[in-house]
Amino acid sequence: MNEIRGTIIEILQDLHEDVDFENETRLIDDKILDSFDIVTLISELSNEFDVTIPADKIIPENFNSADALTKMITELEDE
Amino acid sequence: MLFTDSLFIFGLILLFFVYFLIPQKYRWMLLLGASIAFYAYSGVFNLIYIAVTALSTFLITRRMEKMAEAAKESVSAHKSEWSRDEKKAFKEHEKKKRRRWLALLLILNFGMLAVIKYGAFTMNNVNTIIGWFGNRGTLPVPDFLLPMGISFYLFQTMGYAIDVYREKYPCEKNFAKLALFVSFFPQLVQGPISRYDDLAKGLYAGNGFEAERVHLGVQRILWGYCKKVVLADRILPAVTLLISDPEQYQGMYALLGMLYYTLQLYADFTGGIDITIGIGQVLGIPIAENFQRPFFSKNITEYWRRWHITLGTWFKDYLFYPVSVAQPMLKLSKWSRDKLGKNIGKYLPVYVSTLAVWFVTGLWHGAAWNFIVWGMLNAVIILISERLTGLYGKFHAKCGWSNTRAYDGFMAIRTTLMMGCLRMFDCYRDVPLTFRMFGTMFTKWNVQIFWDGSLMKLNLSLADYGVLLTGVLVLFTASMIGRKGSVRKRILGRSRVLSCCMTVALVLIVLIFGAYGIGYDSSQFIYNQF
Amino acid sequence: MANKKVLFAGLAMTLTAGVLLAAYQRLVQPKYMSDVVEGNLIADYYRSGKDHDVLFIGDCECYENFSPVKLWEDYGISSYIRGSAQQLIWQSYYLLEDTLRCEKPKVVVFNVLSMKYGEPQNEAYNRMSVEGMEWSKSKIANIKASMTEEESFLSYVFPVLRYHSRWSELTEDDFRYYFGAEPNFFSGYYLRADAKPAQNVPKGTPLTDYSFSDTCWDYLGRMMQLCAENHIQLVLIKAPSLYPYWYPEWDEQIREYAEKYQLHYVNFLDEDKLAATGLDFETDTYDGGLHLNVYGAEKLSDWFGQYLISKFDLRDRSSEPALANEWADICRRYHAETERQVKNLEQYGNVKGEADASV
Repeated sequence: MNEIRGTIIEILQDLHEDVDFENETRLIDDKILDSFDIVTLISELSNEFDVTIPADKIIPENFNSADALTKMITELEDE
Repeated sequence: MLFTDSLFIFGLILLFFVYFLIPQKYRWMLLLGASIAFYAYSGVFNLIYIAVTALSTFLITRRMEKMAEAAKESVSAHKSEWSRDEKKAFKEHEKKKRRRWLALLLILNFGMLAVIKYGAFTMNNVNTIIGWFGNRGTLPVPDFLLPMGISFYLFQTMGYAIDVYREKYPCEKNFAKLALFVSFFPQLVQGPISRYDDLAKGLYAGNGFEAERVHLGVQRILWGYCKKVVLADRILPAVTLLISDPEQYQGMYALLGMLYYTLQLYADFTGGIDITIGIGQVLGIPIAENFQRPFFSKNITEYWRRWHITLGTWFKDYLFYPVSVAQPMLKLSKWSRDKLGKNIGKYLPVYVSTLAVWFVTGLWHGAAWNFIVWGMLNAVIILISERLTGLYGKFHAKCGWSNTRAYDGFMAIRTTLMMGCLRMFDCYRDVPLTFRMFGTMFTKWNVQIFWDGSLMKLNLSLADYGVLLTGVLVLFTASMIGRKGSVRKRILGRSRVLSCCMTVALVLIVLIFGAYGIGYDSSQFIYNQF
Repeated sequence: MANKKVLFAGLAMTLTAGVLLAAYQRLVQPKYMSDVVEGNLIADYYRSGKDHDVLFIGDCECYENFSPVKLWEDYGISSYIRGSAQQLIWQSYYLLEDTLRCEKPKVVVFNVLSMKYGEPQNEAYNRMSVEGMEWSKSKIANIKASMTEEESFLSYVFPVLRYHSRWSELTEDDFRYYFGAEPNFFSGYYLRADAKPAQNVPKGTPLTDYSFSDTCWDYLGRMMQLCAENHIQLVLIKAPSLYPYWYPEWDEQIREYAEKYQLHYVNFLDEDKLAATGLDFETDTYDGGLHLNVYGAEKLSDWFGQYLISKFDLRDRSSEPALANEWADICRRYHAETERQVKNLEQYGNVKGEADASV
């Protein structure tokens, strides 16, 4: 779990160096991540964790924070 | 029917009265009746297209939902027997079955749109290609009358169907209610493209009369008419003249045409949306905003988040993301990561989907090459500025003056001009001509037209210029104030009497300064042909 | 309580907007005083005494060619011209209906030139022929029959919808005559005292079809019927205007029609009529033969007065005090206006009395 979170933070930090992804919980609501970031992120995550993230998972609740992303990836890996 | 038809205005006033007089549970039926009447007025045959869309969507979304329910039941029934992998495989299998129904629905509806909107365009291009091979034989070019607002209601309805497929919310069980969602009349002319979960609740609720809400709604309608009738319709004859004769109107005239068209399109489109949202507000139906002071945007990416918002988000949710995260795209990404390097592999999906989305966005606006070139140029600019984001950051860090409001203003003007230049494709409707006219803005330096009286020969009198200039200043001021919240609400908050005075003033402004009646060409809302 | 307040606010807003718009409408409606004075002809009728034995209906060939003052002074005939610029035949018919609401003349004189127009022609002329009417069924029917494709009924009910953009072209007149126009006419007659000889009047070019439209025949029939129902004698005339050209083929049709229904028809263009009236197109027209000036109109009225007396049961009513009183005022204004125009002509060379001759 923590390993996944760590990797996700790493990927996120790669997108935006200057954002505090550890604590930020409104990544989408505050438009910190735009659609380009999201697509890049998904491509990275799929590559890293070998999961498929379908389009219907792209909702703010799943992308607003590192924790939410971790939860989504964990669930997808479990399925 | 147009919002500016006197019949529409009378019908609307009548509808408002009847709506609040009848019992709550019948109100949505009245809206459905009004919508059908509104649509039938534009041509009874158009009803067939919208009926096909509504009916096919109703049947297939119901079907998909039943299948999803059955699948869930099976899973829970076999909870103990099936392994996790078995469950997963079953779910996948069921989803695939549902996907086939969705595909059928999308193909049927978008196919219908493709034939009536793009049939002629496609066949003309095919004929051109045949011509290249020296073959004189040509294929017949279909000629359909485009049903009013088809691009709007069709996209709205397909968005709903995709959401039901994705199990975002349960589907509508009442056909008449769904038909109202598809055909809700204020949105038929030029959008916005609403989402079912935003719109439906208000649509069916039949909310009661609330004086303040109704008053604010009426004010918004009047404000919309002000923009539409006072500004857009007034400047339209000048725009039409300037683009009608590209040989004569070059150089600074082209610049002028671009600026006039910017104002005309903005006033017409946002005015129409104001009327739509205002009608919703009177009826107690919240409708999604479609604009957020677009000309204050600092770059084109931001502009497209603030102009025709509902179209942008539609494409993002139903085209951009699905294409970006589709398996082939991920495979492409993986391949390019391995072969072309990490950096390119990372961004390739984004770039490919962006280009695809803008190609389709161009097509959405019209079946012609000028719209496609327009769309692709938008994509190119967006991608270039995306690549330069890092550089911008360094620039802002280095130059303190770049963070001032004056610089923001400069960026906003730059964005507005850039979008204006792109919009020239929309004006001239001819790709080489547009490039040529754009060129004359730099090669033909006929600046004397600004003071030698030429401006008065563009179907605009001094009085017209006075009204337009005042109007632009008022719009700008209202937008500046509007950044801190609704102007109408704030006036109401200050004093009810003042708010009432504003309503009366708006009525007078529309009737006195409106460019309607004999002497003005009645114009169609620009966006309803798309 | 709250509901009452809302209702009150709504009513107050509607009322305020209505009053302001009505006030504005008054300002922007054309006043037709210094320019295109013909626009006031139709409304002028409602200010007149409603006791006329002879009623003229028709276009400019009526209101510029006959002088009711002459008919009164010489024959004691009380007459009124409900004429307007390019008055179409249905407009004449509905004006007749409208007039019959107020009074019942003994003779109605209709100028047949408008038989040539079977369809609505021109928005500006429609406005001048229709807008001045008081509201009645006749006016509604008139609007409906007259509207060109670009017009809307609503803009006749609320003329502000038509004239709203005149704010940028308001003149002194719009303020001076805000509360009403001043009488410019003499029992419907538009007086001109200047002269411009008729020269080189163009002959009519041949037409492919000389038959009048069904619409026109229909309205002529209705006019005839309306007169019969009210025991009014209908006289068809063709005024002695040299232009627009009156084709012999047209004349023939009217003649046949008049014979068939035993109507009186006088074509003043007939040579014997022209000779009898003594019209001289060198001195008696003010615009080269289209319309007569006051001298021509008086000559024509002199002849027509005799004709009316001889054919119809019209008494000399000059001894009736009420009528005489009313006409005395009209005659006084008429002679004063003639005198004013003559003086202006001598002094400035135009009837308006302005240094520049933009007449």
